[in-house]
Amino acid sequence: MSNMLLDVSHLSMRFGGLSAIADLSFTAYDREITALIGPNGAGKTTVFNCLTGFYKPSGGKLTLHRSGKTFALETMEDHRIARVAGVARTFQNIRLFAGMTLLENLIVAQHGELMRASMFSIAGLFGFSPYRRAEKAAVAKARDWLDKLGLIERADTVAGGLSYGDRRRLEIARAMCTDPALLCLDEPAAGLNPHESAALNDLLRAIRDEQKIGLLLIEHDMKVVMGISDRVVVLDHGHKIADGRPDEVRADPAVVRAYLGEPETGAP
Amino acid sequence: MSTEAAAAPDRVAPRGIAILPLLKESFLTAIVALVLAIPLVGFRIVESNGTTGLATRFWWVGFAAGAVFLGRFALGIWRGAMPPRAVGGASWLDPVARFGRRHARIVALIGLVAALAWPALPFATRGIVDLAISVLIYVMLGWGLNVVVGLAGLLDLGYVAFYAVGAYSFAILASDFGLTFWEALPVSGLLAALAGVLLGFPVLRLRGDYLAIVTLGFGEIIHILLLNWGSLTRGPNGIGDIPRPGLFGLVFERRAPPGFTTFHDFLGVPFSPSQRVVFLYYVVLALALMVNLFTLRLRRLPIGRAWEALREDEIACRALGINPTNVKLSAFGIGAMLGGFAGAFFATRQGFISPESFTFTESATILAIVVLGGMGSQMGVVLAAILLVLLPELGRQFAEFRMLIFGAAMVLIMVWRPQGLLAHRAPSLRLGAPPR
Amino acid sequence: MNYLLQQLVNGIALGAIYGLIAIGYTMVYGIIGMINFAHGEIYMIGAFVALIAFMALGISGITYIPLALLLVLVIAMVFTAAYGWAVERVAYRPLRGSFRLAPLISAIGMSIFLQNYVQLLQGARVKTLQPVVHGGIALASGTFDVQVSYLQLFIVALTVILMAAFTYVIAATPLGRAQRAVEQDAVMAALLGVDVDRTISLTFLIGASLAAVAGVMVLLYYGVIDFFIGFEAGIKAFTAAVLGGIGSLPGAMLGGLLIGLIEALWSGYASVEYKDVMVFVVLVLVLIFRPSGLFGRPEVEKV
Repeated sequence: MSNMLLDVSHLSMRFGGLSAIADLSFTAYDREITALIGPNGAGKTTVFNCLTGFYKPSGGKLTLHRSGKTFALETMEDHRIARVAGVARTFQNIRLFAGMTLLENLIVAQHGELMRASMFSIAGLFGFSPYRRAEKAAVAKARDWLDKLGLIERADTVAGGLSYGDRRRLEIARAMCTDPALLCLDEPAAGLNPHESAALNDLLRAIRDEQKIGLLLIEHDMKVVMGISDRVVVLDHGHKIADGRPDEVRADPAVVRAYLGEPETGAP
Repeated sequence: MSTEAAAAPDRVAPRGIAILPLLKESFLTAIVALVLAIPLVGFRIVESNGTTGLATRFWWVGFAAGAVFLGRFALGIWRGAMPPRAVGGASWLDPVARFGRRHARIVALIGLVAALAWPALPFATRGIVDLAISVLIYVMLGWGLNVVVGLAGLLDLGYVAFYAVGAYSFAILASDFGLTFWEALPVSGLLAALAGVLLGFPVLRLRGDYLAIVTLGFGEIIHILLLNWGSLTRGPNGIGDIPRPGLFGLVFERRAPPGFTTFHDFLGVPFSPSQRVVFLYYVVLALALMVNLFTLRLRRLPIGRAWEALREDEIACRALGINPTNVKLSAFGIGAMLGGFAGAFFATRQGFISPESFTFTESATILAIVVLGGMGSQMGVVLAAILLVLLPELGRQFAEFRMLIFGAAMVLIMVWRPQGLLAHRAPSLRLGAPPR
Repeated sequence: MNYLLQQLVNGIALGAIYGLIAIGYTMVYGIIGMINFAHGEIYMIGAFVALIAFMALGISGITYIPLALLLVLVIAMVFTAAYGWAVERVAYRPLRGSFRLAPLISAIGMSIFLQNYVQLLQGARVKTLQPVVHGGIALASGTFDVQVSYLQLFIVALTVILMAAFTYVIAATPLGRAQRAVEQDAVMAALLGVDVDRTISLTFLIGASLAAVAGVMVLLYYGVIDFFIGFEAGIKAFTAAVLGGIGSLPGAMLGGLLIGLIEALWSGYASVEYKDVMVFVVLVLVLIFRPSGLFGRPEVEKV
């Protein structure tokens, strides 16, 4: 039984005179993969940016439910949304710490815990055991993820040296190391070959089933969308035009129109 | 199947040298140099008896053009003979750097022993020990700025401000409030740290270039304040008679002020000015070692990793729940504190400070040290500081040319080897064993 | 009231000088997104070349003032432009693909190098020039008695002419179009056949020659120069560029005027010692509260 995780209610976002998102409402659920699709320019990444605090919405509410608490994301700062509310994200053009190692990337994600344990570095400086324990735990969690991704041998190499597909998956693992309630992925399958896409699908399904969190996914690759989503929300020019199960949405004429345009009239 | 194709060459063949185009290129470069040289090299404004005159030295122009021609030609030959490489890629310095890294422990140990034994070495005169003190002050400053620029990636061009706050607060605390060196030192550091945090606030949202200019502005503001806020800083005359540190209450003077014993009396040996210099040397060495251990340790803590992550990608940091404000302020504050310690020591060593020592040139020099050494590298900073202090000692001409060479070196390093002379980033955490 | 008007006049003349230097900063920032830290030194070199040119002309017997002024302007502009071009080729072009801080550090190194270069070649003492342009007009009408020197008129007039000329160039010529294209999207411009390298070089040439004009003016106005003037004027001119909106030509000019007025009024009415502090404070305030300046467009970073 999945609970409501994210409630987007009448979200709107304007840039000067341009309305990027207008009156958008949808719900994403816990332990489900919700896909946000739509033609280019539909406003999908803008939704993400509003959700994760990089933009301040012009109107509407973004409510996150987690362990009985509610968070009004539209009022929170980006880093607080990540740390306190537990919304993690990956980026369209992969933002790894390219000069740092895989292990370090995953450890940085656990910054909050480690900072607390180090008591603003004082305990850390002297090597007190609460800090050492916390560091060990952080490394163990990182090692787990690297194992899951099959990247454990390269733990001490710089992230910039990974292949494109591996970089994508590492970014997802890094986001997961923040212990989120909601994981937002911005076009995770972009640039992946079919083999890598399949591996990505497995990873996302595993996250949904084992980590028991909700995933929100922007994607163009229909194999990924139809293959793993539990729910699909379709945007066009900032408006929602469909919302439902993948098979429902695929057949929806409004969706077909948005993607393929009006059928041509007149004899071919 | 061709077996030749299977053996892929792992070194690309050198480009080869095309003489004629190279000659033409060198000639054109020399012409440019000629044009540039004509006004400023060819003519010299001379002031004599209050009137201004013009002297010419055209043969210098010809000399400059010729030197540029030869230099460009030689560069072309060198490049042609070497295999092509990307900027910052493999170069002949790499094996040296690798050697240094592999044997980093031993190198550091040798360095430490040498540093500890320095005053006792046979060639160590008072002047040489004094020189070593200067090196160590710059090393401390370099390590401090390294936290801000090298680790956190915040280009601070006004670092001298914290150096000044440390020096002046120490001077005022020691002279007007009678605090001893050991009492005033931490307070100066804290005041400098406070200044660092205050400086950090306005620049939080600024990107690289703008951040640099604003910090530069702050450095200048501090300098102007030092000159003009006479009631606090005694203006251009500076503050003198700054007391020197003592060893457990023993003073390093010829004659003891009432209530104190002198060092040489205590030991029953005749007074020598070297005693104080050697003592100061060990004090600054101890300070520098503490700073080193402190920064190395911080790098392994979450705070240090957050600095480096911030340098890599601030937006990714935000998405991971890291508050960039706290990270930046901590970098500024801690970097400033270390600069303040260096300033306090500088004040006590000189016995006298004035605004002249705290100009932009100083900030630029410290930045040059960090850049040349390789941002983030501790040992690199030491090497660069040694070079900086030793260069003027090699001769009068070098003293005059010092900043010129430094400026040119900064440009060259960025173009040729942006990671600095020795730079290599060792991970702050390892899962496996370090590579052999 | 007199005093105020006098300070205003002084401020405008000073502002024109800052504006000319600021244009160099703003054009370079607009096209390659970096602060040309060495631009202040280019201006200083302009002043030195101008002084040398004046003296050389004096020695060779050319004393007809308008002719001498014209020749000095041309000579200063040509040689200074060469320096500006060379700096770009040596210190910035090789770093186009490098990491964020690299061009800035290189620029700082270049600035230090040029300062010391001039200091070593010409000596560290200040250099003076006997006043060339004399006299002025007194705007007197009853209680007002404001002196406006011919020099000040010349400075403002020349600045206006140059501004008009370059605005025309940017708006209506192929070079100007190329420049605007490269500013927007260098890769696309290159794909469309624009010679990006040449456009950037020309931008530096123009910026440097305007700085040279400023150098000539400051030499005439104050009669005293030294190797350090580039550093001081550089920060103020950069502040002017930021204030006006980095990337905007009219903004740079307006920013320059404002900074000149602020400096003149502050030193006239408050304290001369802290006039530079005032300008830095303005910089900090602008960057905190309105980083895009008066005419700039706010930048939204794409996430």
